Amino acid sequence: MHIDQLERKWAGISLGIAGLFVVLILISALFHGINAPSHVETIDSARLHLSEEFAEDKLGPELNPDGSLTVRVVAGRYGFYPKTMTLPAETNITFRWVSLDVLHGVHIPMTNMSTMIVPGYVAEVNTVLHHTGDYPLLCNEYCGMGHAHMWANIKVVSKDQWLEMYNKGEANHG
Amino acid sequence: MDNAVEKKLALSHFWVAFGAFALAAVMGLYQVIERSGFFGFLESREVYYASVSTHGVLMGFVLTTFFIMGFGYYVATSSLKLPVWNKTFAWTGFAVALLGVVLAALPLLGGAASVLYTFYPPMQGHPLLYIGATLLVVGSWFWCVSMIVMYMQWKKANPDQPVPLAMFATTANAILWLWTSAGVAIEVLFQLIPLALGWIDTIDPGLSRTLFAWTLHPIVYFWLIPTYTAFYCLVPKQAGGFLFSDEMARAAFIILVVFSLPIGFHHLYMDPGISHGWKILHAIGTFVVTLPTFITGFTVIASLEIAGRLNGGKGLFGWIASLPWSNPMVLAIILALLMLIFGGFGGLVNASYAMNAMVHNTAWVPGHFHLIFGGTTVIMYFGIAYYFWPVLSGKPLFSNAMAIKQLWTWFIGMSIMTTPWHILGLLGQPRRIDSVNYNNNLLTLSWEPYEAVMIFGGAILTYSAGLLIYNLYKTQISNESYQGEIEYAEPIHAVNDLPNYLNSFKIWNIVIAVFMLIAFGYPILQHFLMETFGSSRWGV
Repeated sequence: MHIDQLERKWAGISLGIAGLFVVLILISALFHGINAPSHVETIDSARLHLSEEFAEDKLGPELNPDGSLTVRVVAGRYGFYPKTMTLPAETNITFRWVSLDVLHGVHIPMTNMSTMIVPGYVAEVNTVLHHTGDYPLLCNEYCGMGHAHMWANIKVVSKDQWLEMYNKGEANHG
Repeated sequence: MDNAVEKKLALSHFWVAFGAFALAAVMGLYQVIERSGFFGFLESREVYYASVSTHGVLMGFVLTTFFIMGFGYYVATSSLKLPVWNKTFAWTGFAVALLGVVLAALPLLGGAASVLYTFYPPMQGHPLLYIGATLLVVGSWFWCVSMIVMYMQWKKANPDQPVPLAMFATTANAILWLWTSAGVAIEVLFQLIPLALGWIDTIDPGLSRTLFAWTLHPIVYFWLIPTYTAFYCLVPKQAGGFLFSDEMARAAFIILVVFSLPIGFHHLYMDPGISHGWKILHAIGTFVVTLPTFITGFTVIASLEIAGRLNGGKGLFGWIASLPWSNPMVLAIILALLMLIFGGFGGLVNASYAMNAMVHNTAWVPGHFHLIFGGTTVIMYFGIAYYFWPVLSGKPLFSNAMAIKQLWTWFIGMSIMTTPWHILGLLGQPRRIDSVNYNNNLLTLSWEPYEAVMIFGGAILTYSAGLLIYNLYKTQISNESYQGEIEYAEPIHAVNDLPNYLNSFKIWNIVIAVFMLIAFGYPILQHFLMETFGSSRWGV
């Protein structure tokens, strides 16, 4: 068998490049906690309205005792509920997404908030929104004829401003 | 050897493939115009999604499967110098696959199966879509059996001899496809068809996605292997040189087959139903499968350099100018490699476990796969077609100049269409929207110029597709005759003492079985261990 010296060297370099990428991914995942949404939690999508957590009056942002936020949103053809929300910048946010019908996906452009929403599963994403402003929240998985009409609005404001609103009960315009 | 039947067999497959391609190309042009929103009278989401579903099935499943089968039959007979084994069996496979295409086309064209080519349960299309798709896959299994039988016939007659590289790659692809198609076959047979026919009331979409991911990655290597086979076995000869390394090519094909299978979860990075550890495991495997492409890039460019220098090219880059740019297959590989550089870069972004979140399900993704599949892979299908058509039809190519023009326009059109498509993704545009309805004016306004540019790309691509079909058709109906055979490239170093693991798939099938058990065993089993809630069927 004949393998050229140059080819041997190139194979080594390729292995090095791929290895470097793998190491970077492992470092960001294991040491910086940068992980894809992977909660593996099941839920009965047909009975969301009867569930403890995703009944209509429980949706939207909820302030936790430690200052972080839990945001619960239901996706269904063709909208996200609540339809508008105001969220604080520079705050740890746990989004919990569920579908009441088919497959959906959601992302907020220019942020790393992105997840699939699979019926039967709770999609949990932990993130921090850094910049204030108005963001759309878009369905990014084909879910039927109205897919392009499935969106909601998010307003990101400073933490102080948000707390003021939240205490007045205005953060969730559901 | 009289191989008239083999030629007819291969040509029949190719005509189905390129017929599907022609129809799908026109649909592509309609889609890029419709989705831009600049032509209000064209807007119809029903027509748009029927068109997208059909375009995907025709390009992704019909063009590829029929092209790969036709190419494989003729590579087998010409490289092994054997007649195709059991021709009735081969024709039966062709008929079954074609029947599947026709059955699936009925509801697709009628708008009754607009669930896109990835099915998306629990949405439900017409049962004929699933039954047709199943028959297409079953028909392709006939081909797999033919390839493996012919490979074994040759090995038995030539013990301890290296199997010709082109056939080694083709057999590798047949084995790859049998492993690959098993995932979606289980999904369709045990979930989608029973649900569509009302035998069961609910399915677990998380399990469907896991099974589909089994198929979803290696299927792209099933599509790619004929392209790589041409890179290694046909191009060096056409360029006037030799293959740089036969052994490394074999190693590359084996790594492709083994490592493209257990890595499908990189399509599910954003899925809630799979935990971190499994995703990271598949992410690591995804980077391993970049190695054969790195190796291929090197070996193939080295082979081109040998040819360029033999043609009199001097200096560091002078050999590039000395390549026969007017040979369709040589031009096809040059353009394919250019698109592979950019498409490969995008692929590394997608494969990156963390970075993927920024592009997942945005317009970046169709931009990426049009560049790397529609570009790199399919442009080589064109190069192969121009080379094979005269051999198979016994008529000279109608116009070489038109072929060259067609390849350039394909490359230019693809570049113009996919660059703005990628940018739209970075600007947050979701994929698979038929129109823009979000009331966030600044963001959606920023999308418009890119939508406009894409239309030009789509128009050039459609023109290019027309040139291809016209050229092949005119070749076919010509009265002149042509005598020629497919010629395979020789390696610069004769292949001696090939270790058995580079000439046989036995050990690799065991390795694949173990990898698949590790990669998919628990992730599938978990759906039966934890409490899951089924989804009932939904229309579109």
